[in-house]
Amino acid sequence: MDALSNLMMGLAVALTWNNLLYAFLGALIGTLVGVLPGLGPLATMAMLLPTVYLLDATPALIMLAGIYYGAQYGGSTTAILINIPGESSAVVTAIDGYQMARQGRAGTALATAALGSFFAGCVATIVIAFFAEPLSHMALKFGAREYFSLMILGLVGSVALASGSMLKAVCMVLLGLLLGQIDTDLISGTERFTMGIDELSDGINFVVLAMGLFGLGEIISNLGKPAEEREVFTSKVKGLWLSKDDFKKAWPASVRGTALGSALGILPGAGAVLASFSAYALEKKVARDPSQFGHGDIRGVAGPESANNAAAQTSFIPMLSLGLPSGAIMALMIGAMIIKGIQPGPQVMTSNPSLFWGFVASMWVGNLMLVILNLPLIGIWIKLLTVPYRLLFPAILCFCCIGLYTLNNNNFDIYSAVFFGAAGYICHKLRCEAAPLLLGFVLGPMIEENLRRALLLSSGDWATFVSSPISTTMLLLSAGLIIAVAVPALSRRRAAAFQED
Amino acid sequence: MKIANQQDFVSGCIFVLIGSVFSLGAWFKYPLGSASDPGAGYFSFGLGAILFVLGGLVVFNALGKEVDIAGAIGAIAWRPIIVILASVAAFGYLLPRLGLLVALPSLVIASSLATVEFRLRDALISAVVLTAASYGLFVKALSLNLPVGIFN
Repeated sequence: MDALSNLMMGLAVALTWNNLLYAFLGALIGTLVGVLPGLGPLATMAMLLPTVYLLDATPALIMLAGIYYGAQYGGSTTAILINIPGESSAVVTAIDGYQMARQGRAGTALATAALGSFFAGCVATIVIAFFAEPLSHMALKFGAREYFSLMILGLVGSVALASGSMLKAVCMVLLGLLLGQIDTDLISGTERFTMGIDELSDGINFVVLAMGLFGLGEIISNLGKPAEEREVFTSKVKGLWLSKDDFKKAWPASVRGTALGSALGILPGAGAVLASFSAYALEKKVARDPSQFGHGDIRGVAGPESANNAAAQTSFIPMLSLGLPSGAIMALMIGAMIIKGIQPGPQVMTSNPSLFWGFVASMWVGNLMLVILNLPLIGIWIKLLTVPYRLLFPAILCFCCIGLYTLNNNNFDIYSAVFFGAAGYICHKLRCEAAPLLLGFVLGPMIEENLRRALLLSSGDWATFVSSPISTTMLLLSAGLIIAVAVPALSRRRAAAFQED
Repeated sequence: MKIANQQDFVSGCIFVLIGSVFSLGAWFKYPLGSASDPGAGYFSFGLGAILFVLGGLVVFNALGKEVDIAGAIGAIAWRPIIVILASVAAFGYLLPRLGLLVALPSLVIASSLATVEFRLRDALISAVVLTAASYGLFVKALSLNLPVGIFN
């Protein structure tokens, strides 16, 4: 039981006071942004990236991850209480959760969501421990061409499985890769596309790009929308527990959701969202009497909530073991690692075991904290639901601006973020998702390096990428995914998977 | 043939433009090298060219006989764009010159104008509270190297 002893070692790291503090901070901020209107985990993590410079790598990653899964908890609270999913993965929870709340069973729904998520989080942590290690051992044998193909597969997978137009998503990936070309070429030392601006010779700062696109861009598009009316379910939330009968009904759903979520989370793309939708569909299918779904069935809360939390956590597997981000959030995590001078990839586990296992174990700790944060303290969160956005966004801006300035003690970064903020709004208006752009930007330098190295080694023979079985398989899989999405019949089913309720 | 989908048409044009800027830039300014010895412009040129082609495909797909209402760009939120971006840029300009204690309240008050629900009293209170909190957190507690007052 190698993985278990490693987890124990990780637990020792995660349970130091310092790391506990940052796990708690992450969980707290995550719950907060899940609950607060118009602020998602992606924007928050982007805005908090400058703090990564102040922290050590382990607490920084622990805190960022805590924000991510904390937001899943907070998002379901708003879904249940006010029928507004704070998080896209909580959309399904709103269906039955809000109905339960209207029947006066809000407490039961909240408890089901929290306990289901906690159970899923525990299982997913163990799944990570068992899967990440063999995967990274396998990846350690990869050469430049295998890496190149792996990253192509990762990029193709994340655009193929995400929602929206695939062609535009591919273009956004390319745009991200091109933005990554603005730098000094590592091999020849030539400055590329810097337009003579000194600050660009090290490339565009990842934090500036993320903060502009997701932080400022999101604020502008939120303000551009008509103000949403938030009617809080003010009746007191009571009975934060499940009756025996509820429990009997909920636990099998939770187990099924966890299994489904853990499996789907590993796939690139919108893992958590897909998982919660699929889990809801599954619950409807296996239920002997599905007539109650949509009218406050507890299984419609337990299944999807467990699934999205499990998926949120297993989506760390490709990031941790292969250095491959499966979505924008994981791209931010990888960006944070790079900021701390850690080259993401399979070697992290062997070269930085206390970071790796401490991080994995902290997820379990964080989940436990979230149950405590969410159930007894629910009253505080309900109050926060009513904070108007017009008071919120200037505070967010202050935080962003100060963070941007402290990156290099330079206002160039602030001006650049203004530029990317405008770009972010344009993307939003043209319905071009910015997440693939960030993926391309993060992976760009690694892809270029591996491509050029593989070509050098093969003396310019492109066939090298199809002459190793591993590389060939990955390229074939990528091609298969593209074809599957391009075939009209299948793409309709893909669209349906994201809209089914 | 008309523009059936405005969003796709415009985004496709942007892709084509950026693709050509990068591929032409790489072609003229940086050594491309060859496949056996790729130069600084090799990858950029390839990426730019692919983006040019795919962007063209996006434009082509956006053309059609019937106008797709779902693809309309719709109203542009000029007020938040201009107010938010200008107040952030102004913060960047003011901070090194006049310090945090001037730049931050300006940012809060100016940015509050981004919404029609603007209330002067709330904006002033926010400005005081946020400036005090930021001073306490960033300057005192975290001792970040920020220009604080007018004279340093």
